[in-house]
Parts: sequence; C-alpha cells; structure tokens
Amino acid sequence: MTESECVECGGTVALHDDLEIGEIVDCETCGAELEVVDVSPPVLDRAPELEEDWGE
Amino acid sequence: MKLGLLYSRIRKDEKLLLSELRERGHEIVKIDVRKQRFGLDATTAEVADCDLVIDRCLATSRSLYATRFLAAYGVPVINSPETAAVCADKVKNSLALEAAGVPTPATEVAFTKEAAMEAIEGFGYPCVIKPVVGSWGRLMAKIDTENAAEAILEHKATLGHYEHKVFYVQEYVDKPGRDIRVLACDGEPVAAMTRSSDHWLTNAAKGGETATFDLDDEAKELVATASDAVGGGLLGVDLMETKDGEYTVHEVNHTVEFKALNEASEVDVPAAVVDWLELKADVADEAVATA
Repeated sequence: MTESECVECGGTVALHDDLEIGEIVDCETCGAELEVVDVSPPVLDRAPELEEDWGE
Repeated sequence: MKLGLLYSRIRKDEKLLLSELRERGHEIVKIDVRKQRFGLDATTAEVADCDLVIDRCLATSRSLYATRFLAAYGVPVINSPETAAVCADKVKNSLALEAAGVPTPATEVAFTKEAAMEAIEGFGYPCVIKPVVGSWGRLMAKIDTENAAEAILEHKATLGHYEHKVFYVQEYVDKPGRDIRVLACDGEPVAAMTRSSDHWLTNAAKGGETATFDLDDEAKELVATASDAVGGGLLGVDLMETKDGEYTVHEVNHTVEFKALNEASEVDVPAAVVDWLELKADVADEAVATA
C-alpha cells in the first residue's frame, strides 16, 4: 500500500501496490475521480469527465 | 510476444489482462492514445515492432480511428477496424446481423420526428428508442405512451448531438427479466452470464445482477454466426430470450468489458483471452514471414 495527495481536496489517497498508469481511483475524502499519471512515485490528476461514446 | 495495448483509461478489465500477460512473460507496450498522433504513413505510437496490438480504448471514436490507422500501417490489431466500425454503430450492427440471418429485434430508423413517430406508432407501445452510438445503457428509452414518445423525440431533436437526430426505433422484447452476455473469441464462446434486473435495462453497468449461464447449441451457433457477421474478433455478444423460447441477438460489442463476467463465471476469462491473443500473434507472425 502506498499513498498520494488528492489534487482536488489535498487529502491523502491510499493506493494499491499494483497501480497502473491510466487507472482511475477515488478520493475517499472528497469523492473526486482521479487518474494515475505516474506510479513511481504515484502522481494523481483529475480524471477526465465521462463522455458520450465511452464504454461497452 | 510483444503486445501493444491501446488505452485511454485502465479499467479493471485492462488490469486483469495486463496481469495475465505479465505473468506469462509477454512484453507489453502501453499506448495512451490521448498522447499520440496518427499521420498518414506513421504514428508517434510505439507499434512498429509489436506482434499484435489490442485496442482497449474506452471511447468508441478513438477506437474507430486508431485501429484504422494501425491497420493502414500494416500493424495487426484486435479488433479490426472493420469489426469496430460495424459494432460501434447500432444501425450497421443491426444490418449485419439481419444479413447473416441472425434473429435480431425489428428495427426502423427515421431522420425526422414525424417519421420517427410513425415508426413508433407502427411498433405500438411499449417500444424502444436508442442512440446509434453509445453504451452502458445510456440514453435508451422504453416508450410506453404517445405522450412520452413526443417528449423524447422533441428532446432528442432539440438537445441532441446530430447523431441523436438519427432515430433508431426498435420493438420491445419482453424478455424474462434478464439478458445474456457472451464473451467470444472469433465466435468461440469463452464464458456467458445472465444479467438480471427488475428494470427493463439489465446491463451490468446499470447494476444488473449477474450469474453464470450455460449456452445451449442454438445459442452457441448464434454467437458464432453473429461474430462472423461483424467480422470476428474478441467480442461481447448480447442475446435476449423471447416469450417464444427463442433467442434474439440485439448487439455485438467490440471493446468488450469482462470483469463482471470473470466474477460471475468459473472460467478464467483473462487467461482464455490471452490464450487466444497468443494464437492471433502467431498467425500474424506467420503472415509476415510468408509475405
């Protein structure tokens, strides 16, 4: 387990060890969706908004 | 093998695949399509020496164009741009299924509110209206009354993107509270599950409860035919059971999500998918060697 800082609220976000760049994690403090942009050390950014043609 | 993975978001599905690929010692090139440029004869994406590239783009639009470029460069890509093009568009999807003789819900397309209203009245109530591009059950409507039909058509025509002015109207299939999702590799089922809900939409993304499902011979044959109809590949085939005890195939998905299926089924889905990817990479290598 590792951790990083939420870019939205500054809270601490606990992260799993098998973290992947491009993965989305939730901030448990403010509920923001965050994207993992680096893993060593972990860096988080705001996740992109849901778009209309996403998913299957 | 050296496998390129096109992505813009790493979901649990991609994590499962990556984990299986790494356990087997395959080299992986993760390619975030948001950072790439695709020229007519070259790309910034590191795909040149990949044995195979798998498209796991979350956005259909990116999936369509990125795979088209890779195929143009001669890079083997799963799924093919041809398959993506058919699966991404519900109109093309329906026409392909119909042409292959796969039972699929009666469907009409109209381009104006007035013509769409005639289509709806023709089906009677309830019937269904869907966006031609979209997933996770979003923006789909079960239309129960004429008043609802008028409101939905007005909203789509006024508020929608131009694609929402293509009115895709479909008969309502009175299924037994569930539909069936089959993950198939070139038409061969890997695993299947039911998705059940009290709501008319039973998608896993809408919270439908999942349970494993044993396909009978008829369903297996339909899955194979539906897969061929859209060009084959790694696909999610969605079936419904009708009141007459028959199956109808309403959709084939081309960047299929399988985390729910992996949990519902005893099959190790990512392992089966990677088995198949290894085969596809071998075939691609042979094609290059004999070219």
